[in-house]
Amino acid sequence: MKLRFQRKYLCIPYWAFLILFVIIPIFIIIYYAFTDTNGFFSMDALIDFFTSPVKINVLLVSIFIGLQTTLICLIIGYPLSYFLANKKFNKNVVLVMLFIMPMWINFVLRTGATRDVLFWLGINGGTYPYLATLIGMVYNYLPFVILPLYTTMLKIDQSQVEAALDLGASPMRAFTHAVVPQTLPGIVSASMMVFMPTMSSYVISDTLSEGKISLFGNTIYLNFSNSQWNTGSFMALIMLVIIGLLMFVTRNANVKAEDRARGTGLW
Amino acid sequence: MVKKIFAQIYIWLILLFMYIPILVLIAFSFTTSVNVGVWTGFSFDLYPALFQDGEIMAALGNTLIIAFISSAVSVLLGTTGAIGAFYSKKRAMRALDSVNQIPVVNAEIVMALSLTVMFVFVGSYIFRGANLFSFWTLLIGHVVLSAPFVYLSIKPKLQQMDPNLYEAALDLGATPRSALYRVTLPQILPGILSGFLLAFTLSLDDFIITTFTRGPGLLNGQGTIETLSTLVQAKIKKGPIPPEMRALTTIIFLVVLLLVVGVTLYRYFHKDKKHSRRRMAR
Amino acid sequence: MEENNTIIELINVTKTFDGMDAVSDFSLKIKKGEFVTLLGPSGCGKSTTLRMIAGFDTPTSGQILLEGEDITKLPPYKRPINTVFQRYALFPHLDVYDNVAFGLKFKKVPDVKIKRNGTKKEIMRHLTRKEIDDKVARALRMVDLDELEDRDISTLSGGQQQRVAIARAIVNEPSILLLDEPLGALDLKMRKDMQIELKEMHKKIGITFIYVTHDQEEALTMSDTIVVMNNGAIQQVGNPIDIYNEPNNAFVANFIGESNIYNATMVGKLKVRFLNHVFDCVDDFPLNEKVDVVIRPEDVDLKKASKEEIENFKNKKKDGPLIGYISSRLFKGIHYQYVINIGKNELIVQDTKEFKTDEYIKIEIDPELIHIMNKDLTSNVFYDAWIDKQNRLVISDMTFSCDVKQLLPGSSIDEEGYLIDSKTGKKYDLKDADVIAEIGLNDIEMSDSHEDCDVTGEIISLIYKGDHYQALIRTEEEEEFIVDTPYDWNEGDIVGISIPEDKIKLTLKGDISKYEA
Repeated sequence: MKLRFQRKYLCIPYWAFLILFVIIPIFIIIYYAFTDTNGFFSMDALIDFFTSPVKINVLLVSIFIGLQTTLICLIIGYPLSYFLANKKFNKNVVLVMLFIMPMWINFVLRTGATRDVLFWLGINGGTYPYLATLIGMVYNYLPFVILPLYTTMLKIDQSQVEAALDLGASPMRAFTHAVVPQTLPGIVSASMMVFMPTMSSYVISDTLSEGKISLFGNTIYLNFSNSQWNTGSFMALIMLVIIGLLMFVTRNANVKAEDRARGTGLW
Repeated sequence: MVKKIFAQIYIWLILLFMYIPILVLIAFSFTTSVNVGVWTGFSFDLYPALFQDGEIMAALGNTLIIAFISSAVSVLLGTTGAIGAFYSKKRAMRALDSVNQIPVVNAEIVMALSLTVMFVFVGSYIFRGANLFSFWTLLIGHVVLSAPFVYLSIKPKLQQMDPNLYEAALDLGATPRSALYRVTLPQILPGILSGFLLAFTLSLDDFIITTFTRGPGLLNGQGTIETLSTLVQAKIKKGPIPPEMRALTTIIFLVVLLLVVGVTLYRYFHKDKKHSRRRMAR
Repeated sequence: MEENNTIIELINVTKTFDGMDAVSDFSLKIKKGEFVTLLGPSGCGKSTTLRMIAGFDTPTSGQILLEGEDITKLPPYKRPINTVFQRYALFPHLDVYDNVAFGLKFKKVPDVKIKRNGTKKEIMRHLTRKEIDDKVARALRMVDLDELEDRDISTLSGGQQQRVAIARAIVNEPSILLLDEPLGALDLKMRKDMQIELKEMHKKIGITFIYVTHDQEEALTMSDTIVVMNNGAIQQVGNPIDIYNEPNNAFVANFIGESNIYNATMVGKLKVRFLNHVFDCVDDFPLNEKVDVVIRPEDVDLKKASKEEIENFKNKKKDGPLIGYISSRLFKGIHYQYVINIGKNELIVQDTKEFKTDEYIKIEIDPELIHIMNKDLTSNVFYDAWIDKQNRLVISDMTFSCDVKQLLPGSSIDEEGYLIDSKTGKKYDLKDADVIAEIGLNDIEMSDSHEDCDVTGEIISLIYKGDHYQALIRTEEEEEFIVDTPYDWNEGDIVGISIPEDKIKLTLKGDISKYEA
C-alpha cells in the first residue's frame, strides 16, 4: 500500500527527538544512580547521600532558601502585579514590558553586575553570603512571579469585586474574598516557577556568596566537574523526585499545564 | 488618589531595584576603572576596546551562531511536532503533550546532567571510550531546552484555528501539502515567530546546559566552545566584571530597547497599513 | 436520456463512525442544474452526506458517481465540486481578493504551445494573472462585492463574509456547489434576504446546488427537490409541495410544517378513528389497521357549536360532531392560532376567524385533508411527548424515566439537571422540550403486578404472530402501546407495563440550540 502523506506523521521527528534526548537520558540517570564506577549494581550513592550530614544539610538549605525566595518574591510581586493589571492604577502595557526587559540581558552578566553593585554598597558576598545570595535570587526571579500573576489578574472578573462591595463587603474583605481566590492558580504557578529553579540554581549562589553557600545545583555541578557520575545522578534523581511530587501536588491543586506555559511565555 | 500615588511609587521603586545593576553597568561603561563605583573620568575608550577583545568577540559570535541554529532546529521540530500532534488521535496527542512538559518543568541542571551522562554512557559503551562532547552535543542540549517552548507557543494557535480552513483549501483544489503551506502555516505564523524568539532568548541566556554539554567548537577546533555566559562566568569567578563587558551590556540593552520600541510601534501602526496594498501594486 | 441528465449519483452509501451508522444505505440521483436540499434534524446524517460528496469523508461502503464516473475515493482537491462552509471558513490571513483567487491559483487549463520548429503541442498551464483578475472581478460582481476586494476578512460583516465564501466557491466554476447550512450564522432578516439571493444566483449560474439545512422553511422556499433525512436514512424525496401535502410518514409530516399527528385505527371502509371520534376519509386501509393521521393546522374548520351539541358532547353521546375546548389563542398576523383540548389530546388550529378562549367549539375536517399514513409497526412512536423538570419523559399524563443525554452526543448532566455539552461546555435546559419518543415492541415489560411499574392498562387485543403474541394495551390516559410478548395473556386483562430507561429513544423537535440556558 502506498503511504500517503498525513499530517499526523509530522510529529514523528519530534517524538524521536524527545525519546532520544529527554526520556532515555532520564533512564540513564536512574541507571547511574544505582551503579558504581565499574557499572555494577550498587546502593553506594543512596547510602552516601543519606548518611552524609553535609549533603542532607545542602538539601535542607536549598529547600529553605527556595521557600524564602518564593515567599519574598510573592510578597513583592503580588501587589505589583495587582497594580499593573488594574486599570485604576496603570493603563500602560509598556510598563509591564519594562519589568520583563532586564531578562533579555545575559543572565550571568546580570548576576555579576548584582554582585559588583552589592559589593560597592558594602554587602560583600564573602562577609554576608546568605543575604547576598537571597537578594540575587529575588532580583533574578521576581519577573517570573510578576508574569503569571499579571496574566491571571488581567482575567479577574471585576464585576465580582463590585458585587462583593455592593453586598456590603469592606474593600479589604472584597480583596481577600473576591480577588485572592481568583488568583490562586497564578500564585501556584508563580511559586513553582521560582522555587524549583532557586533550589537547583548554580550561578547565582556560586557568584553572590563567592562560593560560600552550596545549594543542590552547586553540588550537582561539583559532581559533574569531578566526573562523579554516580553520586551526581543520584542527586539529580532526588531533584527529579521532588519536582515530580510538586507537580503532583499542584496538579491536584487544579492548575493546568497551560497556565504554566502561558506564564513562561514571555512573548 | 492617595492609593494611586502609592501604587505609582511602589511600581517605580521596584522597577528601580530591577534596573540598578544594569544602570550602574551602563553608567560605568563610560569610565575605564577596573571596579564599578570608582569613577576615573569620562571616556568612550571601553567601546573600541570591546571590539578589539578577541575573546569576547569570539564568545559573542559563538553565542549568536548557536542561538540561531538551535532556535531554527527547535522551530522546525516544535512546529512539525505540534501540527502532527494536533492531527493525531487524542491519546497520542496527550502523550506528546505530557512528554513535552517534562523539559519545561524539569530543573535545568537535571536536564543538563541527564544529557551529559547519556553522552558519557553512549561514548564509553557504544563508541568504545570516545569523547562525544562537541558542537553537536551542545546544539542538542539547546534544542532540548527550547523546542518544548516552541511546541507550547504553537499548540494554542492550532487549537484556535477553524478546522474547516484546511478542508476549504482542499476543496478549492489545494493538495494536502500546499494546504499546509498556504493555510495552516500562515495561521500559526504568530506562534512560530514567538516560539522562535523565545527559543532564541533561552539559548542566549543559557549557562548550565552549555557548560555541561559543550566540547570543542566549530570555529575554534581545539579548545572548548565559549559562549557569552560561560566566558562571563569564568571571568567573574576570578574578579569583577571585566570593564569591556560593561560596554557590551550597554550595547545589548540598547538593542533590546530598540527591538521593544520597534515591535510596539509596528503593532500600533500595523492595523491601518494593510489596506489598498493591491491598488497601489497595480 | 435520463442517464445524461444525472450529474451525481449516490449508490447505497453508508458511513460508519465508531460502529454507529451516520448515514445508512443512502441512494439518490441528482439532476443537472437542480437545487436539492438535504433536510433533517441535527445528527440525521445530512452533513456527513455532504462531506462525502465533497470528499472530506470516504464512505464506509457504497459508491458516488459524478457524471457516471466513480469518485468515491477521489480526494477533495481533485473533484470539480466546491463548498460554502457553515462558518464560511474564509482564510483570515488573506484579503477578499486573495480568498476568491485561492482556488484559481491551482487550476490548470489546456493550451496549445507552438514550438520553435512550428509544430503545435498541447500543454496544461496555470491561469495568467490577467485571467485570474478577470474571473475574480466577475465572481465578486456576481455577489455584489466588487468594491471590497482589498478589504481584510475581519472587517467584513457576516453577510459580506457569506458572499465572499460564495464567490470563492463559484469562481472555480464547479459542476456542483455544496452549501452546508450557509445561512445559519446570520440573523433572521439577513437570512430571508440571502434566501432570495441564493435562489436567484442559482438561476443565473445554472449549476447544481446541494444545500444542507435543518430549517424546513428555508428548504420549502428555495428547493426544487427536498430530501428529508432522519437517522441517516432518506425519509422522502420530492418537490416542496408534495413533501408538504403528501408526507410519506409521520416523521416527515412532523418535520415539515406544523402538524397534528395522532395514532389512529381504521374502523370501517374509509372510516378512521382518532381523537375519540370517527372521521370519514379518502384513503383506503384495511379494517383495524393502526395508522398515523396528520392534520395540518390550517386544514381544520372551526364552527360555533350549538348548546345542544355541547350538551351531547358532555354527555358523551358518540354520534354528534367533534367538540373541543379552546384553551389558548395567539394572534399571528394573518390568522389566529388556537390550541384546542379534546379529551387528553391537543389540536393546533390556524384560522382567520375569531373565537373566544375558554369556550367549546365545533371541529370539522374535510375528508380530503385527513392524511393517513402507514404506521411503521416496528416500534411505538409518540409524537407529542415532552421532557419535564426532572428530565423525565411525559407521554399524555404518564411519566417515564429516560436518558436525555442521547439528545446530544457526548453530553453529561450536571447536579442542577442541565445538559452539558462536553465539547463546547454549553448548558441546555430541557424542561418542556418537545420530543418524539420511540420504544421498541420488545422493549416494554408487561407484568401482573400493578406495583413497581410505570403505568397500568387494559389489553384491548392480542394477536398471535407465529412465535409470539402482539398485545395492544390501552392505558387510562387513552394512549396505546403495542407490546410483543412470548406469553399468552387474555384480552381485557389489566396489566402493568414498565419501560427500561435505556430503551426509550428520543428525538428532539427542532434544534437543540433553542434550549440553550
